Amino acid sequence: MATASDLPPSLSKIRHIVLVLSGKGGVGKSSITTQLALSLVQLGYSVGVLDIDLTGPSLPRMFGLESKKIHQSSQGWVPVYTDASKRLCVMSIGFLLKDRGDSVVWRGPKKSAMIRQFVRDVVWGELDYLLIDTPPGTSDEHISIAEQLRDANPDGAVLVTTPQAVATADVRKELSFCRKVGLDILGVVENMSGFLCPHCSECSHIFSKGGGEDLAKQYGVPFLGAVPIDPQFVLMIEEQHATASATTVGDQRPDVEGGTGFSLIEKYKECKLCPIFARITEQVVATTKDKVRQ
Amino acid sequence: MARGLPKKAKLRDVDKIIAVSSAKGGVGKSTVAVNLALSLAMQQKRVGILDTDIFGPSIPKLLNLTGGEPNVTESNRLIPLSNYGVKAMSIGFLLPDQDSPVVWRGLMVMKALQQLLHDVEWGGLDVLVLDLPPGTGDVQLTITQQIVVDGAVIVSTPQDIALIDAVKGINMFKKVDVPVLGMVQNMSVFVCPNCNHETHIFGSQGVQREAARLGTEVLGSIPLHPSICTLSDAGTPVVVAEPDTANAMAYRAIADKIIHKLSI
Repeated sequence: MATASDLPPSLSKIRHIVLVLSGKGGVGKSSITTQLALSLVQLGYSVGVLDIDLTGPSLPRMFGLESKKIHQSSQGWVPVYTDASKRLCVMSIGFLLKDRGDSVVWRGPKKSAMIRQFVRDVVWGELDYLLIDTPPGTSDEHISIAEQLRDANPDGAVLVTTPQAVATADVRKELSFCRKVGLDILGVVENMSGFLCPHCSECSHIFSKGGGEDLAKQYGVPFLGAVPIDPQFVLMIEEQHATASATTVGDQRPDVEGGTGFSLIEKYKECKLCPIFARITEQVVATTKDKVRQ
Repeated sequence: MARGLPKKAKLRDVDKIIAVSSAKGGVGKSTVAVNLALSLAMQQKRVGILDTDIFGPSIPKLLNLTGGEPNVTESNRLIPLSNYGVKAMSIGFLLPDQDSPVVWRGLMVMKALQQLLHDVEWGGLDVLVLDLPPGTGDVQLTITQQIVVDGAVIVSTPQDIALIDAVKGINMFKKVDVPVLGMVQNMSVFVCPNCNHETHIFGSQGVQREAARLGTEVLGSIPLHPSICTLSDAGTPVVVAEPDTANAMAYRAIADKIIHKLSI
């Protein structure tokens, strides 16, 4: 008999759970998670994002939510919504830190306990997709989340790499980890795949080329796509901070909590990476569509 | 018996220890650590490099030592492998196969790290460069609590999302009383090999701003050049393959500053 009774109640109204993994640091897991979330929202889905990188939480910054705090309700912690439409919410230890420079210097057991709380004590409510952003490596955080999700039957993992060998070497280990814990691999995304000089349009392969696609072929998993470096995307994320901290006059949009006038969901549509991501997201949706969790 | 934190020990046969850290992943810690170690060796120093990244050890690849298997001394201490005049030790040398992940909880990681810290026969070094993994967890805590680290070099790329973590790293070192020698701004600017147009892909001046705010020095800026990556992947780091180019000189200048600061 299926152990549906062991499914944490907090996850019971979530249709799909997707992990974003890498093994290598700095390949853009958080950036990919953010763009996946934005693309899914644009396709009309409700999305939650869980950041289990406890020592280097990037998601509050990516979504322009750094000044927000988590609220406690009778059922548990309420995640932070990006706007009043409540299509997208985020949970991260970043919201619990007093200052952005505060370091979380914890050993394994404390980290595992925190992850358990993030999975079981957050009021996720009803969601189409829960994306889980992870830190690099294959340690406490990864073992913990695999354990916590064991009864939740996650759809699988998206693996992120950059093209070069030092990165793919670590991602191979992550692929093996997925196989070890029985996590389906939805596909590989090759990030920072080429840079177009804005002046002469010459494409430079700053971080080498082709590694992601070769990796996918070698392991027999889908190659979801290559994402080039786009300085405009970096700027768009950085600009949120500038807009939020400046006092806004006459730019108060009624649908944005806090009234900064900057809606990441809308702004992302203007980004060159948006159509590239739409294709990657469509593949993820197609693969997960048939996986019914409950 | 004295209570409190474990007492920090100096490593036998090693004069100075530098930690290359950042807390943020993928900013180039290993690339900087390797090129710094090689630059120090070029200045006739006896140099070792210890790869403390248990989950994603990059040093074997960068030093063209993949597949190397270290021997042990009669007293069961690991003998480091050498290339380009630098001695190296990494868990990468001790794993059965390259693709096997190390899926360990903190406690086991600590045991492995203890061995790498205390059971390597370095044979007399002027400086040992520690390549730290990303994060501020078990590995960083164990290293800074157990051994005397003479200085930390913080690597970051210019953008805010990297600097947030770099600052956490600096605050961590302050918490455990390790002097911060300064910051290195990596991937500072991209120069198009075709038209020489400069693009600040990851933002600009971020590290300078943060360093000024924290009262720490910027030891140097390293540009984003495709050849640094290709040479690294080939196991011939830029300082060794093209020692007189601007890219290599950037690393060598930082090494000179460190020699001066620590009187190596």
